[in-house]
Amino acid sequence: MKISRYRSYLDMDWPLVLVTLLICVVGVMQIYSATHGTKWHDSWWKQIVWIGVGLGLMWAVMQVDYHTLLGQVPLLYVVSVSALLLLRLVGRMVFGSRRWIHIFGASFQISEFVKLVIILLVARYLSEMKGAGSGRDGLRPSDLWKLGGLVALPTLLVMAQPDLGTALTYLPVLAMGILLAGIRWQYLAVGALALTLVLPAGWYGLKEYQRARLVTFLDPERDPRGAGYQVIQSKIAVGDGGVWGRGMKQGTQTQLRFLPVPHTDFIFSAFAEERGFVGVVFVLGLYFLLLMQIADNAQRAPDRAGMYLCMGVAGLLLFHVLINVGMVVGRMPVTGIPLPLMSSGGSNLFSVFMMLGLVQNVRLRRFVR
Amino acid sequence: MSSESQRHQQESQRQESQWHSGGYGGPFTGIPFTNDDARFALPRIVSFQYIAAAIFLFLVVSYFMVQVRDGETNSLLAERNRVKTVPILAPRGKLLDRDGRTLVDSHSAYSVMLSREGFKEEHLAAIADGLHMAPQEILDRLKHSASRPRYLPVALKQELTPAEIAFVESHSDPATFPELELVESHRRVYPRNGMGAHVLGYVAEVSEQDLNSEAFAAYAQGDIVGKAGLERQYNDRLVGKDGQTRTVVDSSGRERQVLDRIEAMPGTDLTLSLDLDLQAVAELALEGQRGAVVALDPRTGEVLAMVSRPAYDLNIFSNHVSADYWKQLTEGDANPMLNRAIQAQFAPGSTFKPMVAVAALETGTIDENYALNCAGGANFYGRYFSCDLKTGHGHIDLHRALVESCDVYFYTVGNLLGVDRMAQYATLFGIGKRTGIDLPNEAEGLMPSMQWKRRVQHQEWYPGETISVAIGQGAVTVTPVQLASAIGGMVSGGIWYKPHLVKGADVGPPRRANLRPENIAAVVDGMYGVVNEGGTGASAHIDGIELSGKTGSAQRVSNELRKSGKLGKKELLDNGWFVGFAPRQNPEIVVAALIEGGEHGALVAPIVRDVVKSYFDKKLRLAPTTTKGPAPAPATPPIALLGSESTRVPARVLAGVKP
Repeated sequence: MKISRYRSYLDMDWPLVLVTLLICVVGVMQIYSATHGTKWHDSWWKQIVWIGVGLGLMWAVMQVDYHTLLGQVPLLYVVSVSALLLLRLVGRMVFGSRRWIHIFGASFQISEFVKLVIILLVARYLSEMKGAGSGRDGLRPSDLWKLGGLVALPTLLVMAQPDLGTALTYLPVLAMGILLAGIRWQYLAVGALALTLVLPAGWYGLKEYQRARLVTFLDPERDPRGAGYQVIQSKIAVGDGGVWGRGMKQGTQTQLRFLPVPHTDFIFSAFAEERGFVGVVFVLGLYFLLLMQIADNAQRAPDRAGMYLCMGVAGLLLFHVLINVGMVVGRMPVTGIPLPLMSSGGSNLFSVFMMLGLVQNVRLRRFVR
Repeated sequence: MSSESQRHQQESQRQESQWHSGGYGGPFTGIPFTNDDARFALPRIVSFQYIAAAIFLFLVVSYFMVQVRDGETNSLLAERNRVKTVPILAPRGKLLDRDGRTLVDSHSAYSVMLSREGFKEEHLAAIADGLHMAPQEILDRLKHSASRPRYLPVALKQELTPAEIAFVESHSDPATFPELELVESHRRVYPRNGMGAHVLGYVAEVSEQDLNSEAFAAYAQGDIVGKAGLERQYNDRLVGKDGQTRTVVDSSGRERQVLDRIEAMPGTDLTLSLDLDLQAVAELALEGQRGAVVALDPRTGEVLAMVSRPAYDLNIFSNHVSADYWKQLTEGDANPMLNRAIQAQFAPGSTFKPMVAVAALETGTIDENYALNCAGGANFYGRYFSCDLKTGHGHIDLHRALVESCDVYFYTVGNLLGVDRMAQYATLFGIGKRTGIDLPNEAEGLMPSMQWKRRVQHQEWYPGETISVAIGQGAVTVTPVQLASAIGGMVSGGIWYKPHLVKGADVGPPRRANLRPENIAAVVDGMYGVVNEGGTGASAHIDGIELSGKTGSAQRVSNELRKSGKLGKKELLDNGWFVGFAPRQNPEIVVAALIEGGEHGALVAPIVRDVVKSYFDKKLRLAPTTTKGPAPAPATPPIALLGSESTRVPARVLAGVKP
């Protein structure tokens, strides 16, 4: 353990912490507004508790030098894959999919923590790789296959839960790593070609409701009471907010339950209705600051592994924000992935705080060399 | 060993040498991390920052478009989401007779509406079962309304039974079938037994065809509109303005708060010129017959009674017409849907003779003393035309010719006049033209002339046709309302008010003709004789009332066809006509009656007599200073013919017996 290496809390990225907490505060307020008078009315203080726990987890992750964590990647990977396999056997059926595991009475979503493992895995693989990043050749096909395979295994397991949304969040981490390490454009072209060939085949691999979601994304009016309902109602809610918003607890779409789950995946819809375009720009600005701060840390990272870690976190969070915020206005398909730091729910909060802990971890050790 | 594996070997050797010289370790080789330089990635991180900025810009623009550009639209959609609008249907105006007695009323009924937005396929069977409908019927109704905005509910069933109302009330809660909505509506109640059926008309859901017409442009699918008769003619006045309640609901359909309520504006009541007493008498007189009666007030053009038989039951028509009933109505040649009073076009027969007489006197073709010898027939243009009385009337003048309806006299007069002058006068009186009565689909009738024949049949007029036209045969046809109006205006001295059924209807100024009073008087005297001097209409005589009139019996087929023997007995029967008016001077009422296959006008005359008698009986009864003579027996309360299920119908009406 290399705990002694970190310097002082003053070296932490405090602006990052500030932005994170601001987003959390907005989230808690919106959860309160959207759930008062419903069976989820206690979600807001649960969220506060979870934020507290999340901060603790962040602190815990900061304590252990990230190189030590990278050294445990094989173990973490094996444990993750085993847990996902185990989940297929003992996982409880929640919302029609096996993604929750019950430990000490609380539900945890294993796939959320696998995100961290994927980030560590990619960082370690790429930083140890010979010749990567020299800018001349980029990644060799053999490394691409190996790393791709290592990421694909948990991705497929999560997809089979079935939880397409979370599974898809692993891929931007991989993509981010590959693009940073450098890749011949021919490989990119071949990859794109393969994807276009695989996509139609993948259609048959999708579950019925997943297909419905895709069709709905393309044409929500087709089934306004079924799969398209959420998207239509969400878009109406966003538009209803106008420039200044309806005000807290005043959004009719939110308050009269036209939005199905206004405190989890569709919290940004409820927020957009009650806070308007001004609020949307403010919060999107916070997320942008968050990402820029993480990218800044990547640029100051002491080594490649630290850089890959930060950028993995940045890529994953960007993907989350793009898909969730885009979905709420019908620009992205409904995949059921939460908005980081805002959506009500512990698992995602914990994993995001732990990711931010990784970033802080890298930051604290930037002068180590 | 292949070159492939050789190269592989070289590669691994190179790797090993790098490892030994302090180079990078391979992934998961257990080799410790090297302190490497991440600066190579800096430009790529900057690229990431730009990409992230672009993505955030994309998101902000997306929200700008939805919230700022389309904000208004989305606010409206959100409003519609939370506000449920339930219509309050406006009751249609009543139809009242001239004394304010109700002819047509509306009563409350319940309909069930289906919200398409909330409809779930799996509810179909249960809903269909509860409403006693076939599931397919519901689907058909939904399909029918597919083009309307989805948030508008669809009427599933009207006239719910108590059991169905209970079903909807107990199942329309948010947890069961929130898509069902009970709506109070109104149902028309019409007189029973088809009384006044053709005049009143009926209502039903507006048809696709109507919606495309200009008159119904303002209506929407599902609206109840008049389909026939006055209901159609005055639909715009009778319909009210629907109100609505707006309720705030949540997404499960639970009502949270009533926003506002706009009461319905009931339609305007229409006071008709019809007199229920006269109408009832005329209905009873025609019961079981095939024909029509029209009673007008020639001083105003008001229609006092209008009957067409056979009729149909309006109460069935304003509801759901069963296939059986429809078949019953449309099968055979009875054609109960036809309003014979304005749509039957038949040769007027001898009822045409008074008009010919006036034309001849006015043109100076004859004077009132013109007389000739009737030998029971006469030759014109090489053809023998027989008189009604085969033995001949002998020496006969205008007065007796009218009284006894001598054909030879009018053959001769008509021949002297010529068809064009007959047509000129008949047209002046209104023959061959629509009267313009306020009912839809009035027929025109026909008054032939030389020009008409050339224009329509592209043939020259055959002089023999003039002889037929002179006694109201040949091509000339009239409708009962046309005949009543023509004769009524003529005997009033040449003033024709447009016949109308609604009191105070805008009928414009009357048509006038300069007719010499002595000529009218001469013809009126003749018509008085028809009834009161032992003429053909003697059966219409009423003590104390100067009822005058003219009988008519018109062949329905040409003589040639008649002789061919190809026709059944029914077709061979003549149509019977009678047109009568009273009093002789300044008539107050003119009645035209037609019985198809009624053989002779003499058999029709009693119908007119009954109507005229009830008119004067009522007048006498209502006159405040009446002292002379015993008061006539009050007319049968015709109210009994009207109304609700509980009202008893006189047995004789059911039996179809004439009083």
